[in-house]
Amino acid sequence: MLANEPALMPIAGCTDVYVGLHFGTMPQQRFLDLWNLKELRGISVKDDVLRIGALTTYTEIIASKLVQKRLPMLVAAAREVGGAQIQNRGTLGGNVANASPAGDTLPVLVAANARIVLRSQAGTRTVPVEKFYTGYRQSVRKPGELITAIEIPRIDGKQWWRKVGTRRAQAISKIMMGAVRGKEVRIGIGSVAATVVLAPRTAAVLSGGGTIADAQAALRREIAPIDDIRSTGAYRAQVAANLLAEFWRKTE
Amino acid sequence: MRLTINGKPRTIQAHPMKRLLDAIREDCGLTGTKEGCGEGECGACTVLIDGVPVDSCLVPLAHAEGRRVTTIEGAAATRTGNALQNAFVEFGGAQCGICTPGMILAATPLKPGATLHEIQTALAGNLCRCTGYPAIFRSVEAVLKPPRRKAKRALRR
Amino acid sequence: MARAVGSNVRRKDGDAKVTGAAKYIDDLSFPDMIYGATVRSTIPRGTIERVSWSLPDGYVVADHRDWPGPNYVALIDPDQPCLAVDQIQHVAEPILLVGHADKQALIDIDRRITITCKEDTPNYDPEASTTCFKQIAIDKGDIDLGFRNAEVVIEGEYRTSHQEQLYIETNGVIAVPGDGEMTVYGSLQCPYYVHKALVVLLELPPDRVRVVQTETGGGFGGKEEYPSMLACHAAILARKAGRPVKMVYDRVEDLLATTKRHPSIVRHRTGVTRAGRITAMDVDVIMDGGAYATLSAVVLSRGVIHASGPYRCDHVRIRGRAMKTHTPPNGAFRGFGAPQTQFAIEAHIDRMADQLGIDPVRFREINALRPGDTTATGQKLGRDTSALPVLREAVRRSQFRQKRKMWQGTNRGIGLSLFFHGSGFTGGGEVKLASKASLELTARGARILVASTEIGQGTRTMHAQIVADALGVPYDRIDVNEADTRYVPDSGPTVASRTCMIVGKLLERCAREMKQRLGTQTPAQYFKKHGAFTVTSEYEPPDGLVWDDQRYAGDAYGSYAWGCNVVEVEVDPVTFEVRPINVTAVAEIGKAIHPMMAIGQIEGGTAQGIGYALTEEVVMKDGRMANAQLTNYIIPTPLDAAPMDIGILEKPYKHGPFGAKGVGEMPIDGPAPAVINALRHCGFDVRSIPATPERLMSAFARSNAPRASARRAATQSRKRPG
Repeated sequence: MLANEPALMPIAGCTDVYVGLHFGTMPQQRFLDLWNLKELRGISVKDDVLRIGALTTYTEIIASKLVQKRLPMLVAAAREVGGAQIQNRGTLGGNVANASPAGDTLPVLVAANARIVLRSQAGTRTVPVEKFYTGYRQSVRKPGELITAIEIPRIDGKQWWRKVGTRRAQAISKIMMGAVRGKEVRIGIGSVAATVVLAPRTAAVLSGGGTIADAQAALRREIAPIDDIRSTGAYRAQVAANLLAEFWRKTE
Repeated sequence: MRLTINGKPRTIQAHPMKRLLDAIREDCGLTGTKEGCGEGECGACTVLIDGVPVDSCLVPLAHAEGRRVTTIEGAAATRTGNALQNAFVEFGGAQCGICTPGMILAATPLKPGATLHEIQTALAGNLCRCTGYPAIFRSVEAVLKPPRRKAKRALRR
Repeated sequence: MARAVGSNVRRKDGDAKVTGAAKYIDDLSFPDMIYGATVRSTIPRGTIERVSWSLPDGYVVADHRDWPGPNYVALIDPDQPCLAVDQIQHVAEPILLVGHADKQALIDIDRRITITCKEDTPNYDPEASTTCFKQIAIDKGDIDLGFRNAEVVIEGEYRTSHQEQLYIETNGVIAVPGDGEMTVYGSLQCPYYVHKALVVLLELPPDRVRVVQTETGGGFGGKEEYPSMLACHAAILARKAGRPVKMVYDRVEDLLATTKRHPSIVRHRTGVTRAGRITAMDVDVIMDGGAYATLSAVVLSRGVIHASGPYRCDHVRIRGRAMKTHTPPNGAFRGFGAPQTQFAIEAHIDRMADQLGIDPVRFREINALRPGDTTATGQKLGRDTSALPVLREAVRRSQFRQKRKMWQGTNRGIGLSLFFHGSGFTGGGEVKLASKASLELTARGARILVASTEIGQGTRTMHAQIVADALGVPYDRIDVNEADTRYVPDSGPTVASRTCMIVGKLLERCAREMKQRLGTQTPAQYFKKHGAFTVTSEYEPPDGLVWDDQRYAGDAYGSYAWGCNVVEVEVDPVTFEVRPINVTAVAEIGKAIHPMMAIGQIEGGTAQGIGYALTEEVVMKDGRMANAQLTNYIIPTPLDAAPMDIGILEKPYKHGPFGAKGVGEMPIDGPAPAVINALRHCGFDVRSIPATPERLMSAFARSNAPRASARRAATQSRKRPG
């Protein structure tokens, strides 16, 4: 269907759709409802890769023993999405497709080296999450493609997550960080640029045994936080540096 | 669309993308479910779909097709729902009442012995402006964890 | 027979609310009803040059020409147009009304209307404004003498911003036109305010206008005066369409266009002795009223009267002014000027105590008002003056002193605030209101007829308790009539913490009079023999209450409630987020008619005060609320709620029903300064709210001493000339 009518907007949990409709920010009027597609649900592990179906809800992620064991930072992020009502409906695929720089799961997926699985009439392809986003609410997903799953390879190291919001629930983040400390360090940061940020140079400083101060200096160059109605660029920059130090402290 | 609301089968003729909230209030005439914000922030529109709390202002009618929807009007049918309703009156959980239907439904999945943190987490998607929340927690705790003795309020003459 | 007063009887409105049976305005429909929408200004200031539209059949459009009467919303000053004619004074000013039978047809209707304007330069700074809505001066003693007696003079400037009432039910009305008459149903606090506005606007006789309050999902002052505007709009459209019109705002419009709490700038200059006694208080209060006067004069009034806090001082000078800015008009919100000025004085008190090296509790003990002391307006306080009792109780319960010591130099802080709140309308206000209450005998007991509205605080229940006991009839036998102007007398507005103390007292008198008339008979017996009768009581000021409106001196209020808050906070050094760990609120309210509901008022008001202090920010950009979505206006969620310990003290007020004073507003006066003082304790010197993490981070950077809270030993001594 998507191939025939590329302007169709795929929808699932709709937790963002009606907000867009309500505030008039969505020009699309025709929707492709994915909600009942069982193939897009389910969490499994194959060849040591965790595969989460695009339609998996936050509630299902939180309850999944597989995710709790292999990707606890995703469970932590899912717990802080909205409230129970949103978690019961919002999906991982939706969060990825929405392409917001404030998407709660994106820093985690970036830090986890996740891959986005896309399927179209032409076939299937996977894209590393850090290459998935091209700009504010823009991704490489072609109009005829659907996100079918997110794949996360085994993580070697300690996982860490923190979201800084305007309050303890129902909050859009001011800044958040997902990070892995293993042989390699990977850091994903949200709400500090037009897209979620992978901070490879910052991570390299830490992997290479550099100081926190040096890593913080590198971080400042890898993010571009702005002032908006929720917070300021200065705050985000400072807290990003603080979060980095906290990550390092807490994963010792 | 065919669905069950509060145990009764209903057929609703409406656009599949019509908000479930509007279908409930307008097509079914069940006005107990409220609209507080239209953006899934306040939880006043909370209903249960197959026992799971959702914001009905964010659910297309099509997603409720074939499902069991419970609104506040149907809450009394379960023992927990009924107990919560009474507790919200008795323990001050309801003041102006506009958040109350959503709050009660959001609390229904909680199990006896739930901790305060679990109660707060279950209700985190429901905003109240009147109570400041303590009376809501007391109302829910009264159902889930009846007190061994009555808590006293410090009153002095 | 068990007493109703003082016990937690079952709420009259509880069952309907928990079952979803209670009908709020959006739950109602009328035959042939259409929907209405408002087209509003998108610029803050300018002149309308042209308005044009081309709409198909089915639409009804109304502008300023479409009704017979004057174009203003009657409140205090006749300065606020119902619909703009040619002048725009604020963003979201209403210009046109559009009606249609299909609600969907009104979505984005403003895109189909062309309004050409010439923009003018707006002013958003109340200090630069040249239009003053109201000025008030309070003088006590000799301020110069007071400063000559001082050994130290301490100054400070404190700022508060807008706050949104955020009732979970938005504003809404339905206007039903008739032949030479108009009925409006709505979510509102003051049916007779709306009634008056409609009578003036439509030039109808009072008995041809009817206002009925529907179940209201929160008000907090946000539905005190604004519904008059909305009712006028719906009525204008209903008149033109000849059909009932429903206008219910969505959350965005409600946030953008309706009233907010007045922002304030308060400057203190205080003379003290080194031993901690206040000798002189000089206070300057500026309130930002927005574009039209609305209630600014009265907000300022309450603000300045409470500006010197619950403290005794022989020499006081207070100056206040409410200024115009090109922003949406501000209005009533719980506390009504007192949260702003008591924020300032309580933050200032802690700074003074700190500077003098005196413990903050001791400093307050030295200066707190006692029975027999006079206030800034020269009111001699009675025996029910409870500043010291609430202070001591709060300090005891919260273990303030121990924690203050224990947490010194950590990222935890504990702070205190002492405050008071006059019940009822200021000065001669209650006399002017001339409120009435009626009680009608019924076969089972009696029916209460008052214009006081239930908005969640428990009006129906509390009034029924008072009547039940005064009449000697079980609580269940007392009915409460809808607040419908066709049937109930004008009991005055449901504001100013007067619904119990003033209107409750009127009902108590009605009940006692009815009881006398019944003699030994029960209502049932009397009713069977003689049928119904109605007793009406009208407000009489207590003996000896004297107020001079010119000099702004005398007995400002019949009585005051007293409160003390202690707030414990923890500041996260990584994010500067403030977590309130524990809140203690002690209130002396005369008598808790319904203890559970009184606690409900205290807990609810305290939570709003914490939000005021920490997270509730109205972000104004170019005169418009930029964060007008519930996602972006931050009130606490259940996960943000801090544990609260509530204590109620009772010192009966002679003229209150069963000794009761008011409780609705006072709880919001105290939390913000207590939070600020707690932050001060853990090293953050913040003098404006909300104290967001971003502002704390700036304060941290400025002071460069994040954890030290060393007593600043230096004191300033200034000799006054001559």
